[in-house]
Amino acid sequence: MQATTDQTCVIIGASHAGINCAFALRKEGWEGAIIIYDKDPEFPYHRPPLSKAYLTSEAGTEHSLLFPKENYTEDNIQLKLGISVLSIHAEKQIITLSDGSEQRYHKLVLATGARPFIPPIEGIVTAKNVFPMRTATDANNIRQAFNAAPKKRVLIIGGGYIGLETAASLKKLGAEVSVLERESRVLARVTTPEMSAFFTKLHEENGVNILTDKTVTKITPLSEGNLVHCSDNSQYQADVIVVGVGITVNTKLAQSANLILENGIKVSASCQTSNPYIYAIGDCTFHYNMHYQTNIRLESVQNAIDQAKVAAKAICGQTEVIYDSIPWFWSDQFDIKLQIVGLSTDYNNLVIRNEETENSFSMWYFKDDELLAVDAVNFAKAYMLGTRFIKAKQKVDKIKLADTSIPFKPNSFI
Amino acid sequence: MKTITFITSENDIIETQANSGSLMELAVKNKVKGIDGDCGGVCSCATCHVHVNQEFWNAVGGPSALESDMLEFDDNVSDYSRLSCQMQVSEVPDGLVLKVAK
Repeated sequence: MQATTDQTCVIIGASHAGINCAFALRKEGWEGAIIIYDKDPEFPYHRPPLSKAYLTSEAGTEHSLLFPKENYTEDNIQLKLGISVLSIHAEKQIITLSDGSEQRYHKLVLATGARPFIPPIEGIVTAKNVFPMRTATDANNIRQAFNAAPKKRVLIIGGGYIGLETAASLKKLGAEVSVLERESRVLARVTTPEMSAFFTKLHEENGVNILTDKTVTKITPLSEGNLVHCSDNSQYQADVIVVGVGITVNTKLAQSANLILENGIKVSASCQTSNPYIYAIGDCTFHYNMHYQTNIRLESVQNAIDQAKVAAKAICGQTEVIYDSIPWFWSDQFDIKLQIVGLSTDYNNLVIRNEETENSFSMWYFKDDELLAVDAVNFAKAYMLGTRFIKAKQKVDKIKLADTSIPFKPNSFI
Repeated sequence: MKTITFITSENDIIETQANSGSLMELAVKNKVKGIDGDCGGVCSCATCHVHVNQEFWNAVGGPSALESDMLEFDDNVSDYSRLSCQMQVSEVPDGLVLKVAK
């Protein structure tokens, strides 16, 4: 490896991808400076709990830190929080910062992630107590507004994972919660009709109103709270509104560096962008998945961490570094743990296996005979076995898999 | 303050000390190779798998139902497997020795 003592690696973005990349760089032998910038002033924390356990935890509870503070000192990782990067001058290898200064880099890592998409609904910008859910500040704002509201009427705009998790958490805190979903089913973009039906039933049984085919057109203030208007002329009162309708990838900096963009920042198998000195990792990347042989963009912790490690190796001069991971994901809602492994996008047949315990089942997605993905609901065994089968490209006996009289063991299905 | 020792799959011995938190957090803090804790400690990823030294097994206790389901089909599962994110420093014996699963 080339000596890196006098070189600086700058990372933009201090969430899962950026922070894991910094520590991975040290592990792989990067000797020079490592500087991370993020406009979020909060010490780097785990994001997934924000809509789940954090929201229902005691007020004032500290965030779960990605790494303890001492580790940054030990590894000489410089955190520059509360500072925005304004632009990248790729030819000069310099970034300009919101505090008026500049920073030179030898290698640059973009872990710029995404921001919540706020739909152009009349009155949404001026309405009080309307929040996205992505950062610690968002979670704190939601909690504060919720606690301060005399009536606890919550409206969630968007029935995706973030919306449903937030709905479940606020319901646990005693809110009156309705979810307004534009499509005809919740989770329409990310899962199958069967899974959507399960989560709709789960929420309804727990007292959450799930309202589909609802396009919000306008938000108007009331003396107490807001009135949310839909295109079918229905209206809903809400003290707190959470918007979870998807994200927009942060590509402004990549654009300033003239990087190739395609549904995100286009990267190679080693997470290199179209500029050899600039890498990109995490939610902001459009990358190739070896297993599924397709280009994708993924919003997940798994992708953030795995790409962080790949980029660190490549930056440290290792050759033939290739991102080759099977995606995984989880969601916690009420007493349900959903675990997903793989990408079900191209499936053409589905096996559902129901366990004896209530609300415990798994869905196995196949394209012809190839197992693509498994959704496991309160049944971690299926998640673990599915992972093993997918990685090994194991042929699975679907008839046996669907037969619950056959014990759930690896050898039962192969 | 308790002393907890991790032995990596490359047989590096890492002695750590702590009062609180999970053993996964302790391992991450001390850069124990093979313990990642990618999901942040919610028993969702199985990247913090350890084998408890046999002599401590009774004092430590076995896994919960969810944890046990996560472990059952792991390639390197043993009779003494646990996920270290589900083990609290406050609840394990002083002097505990853990081997990191491959």
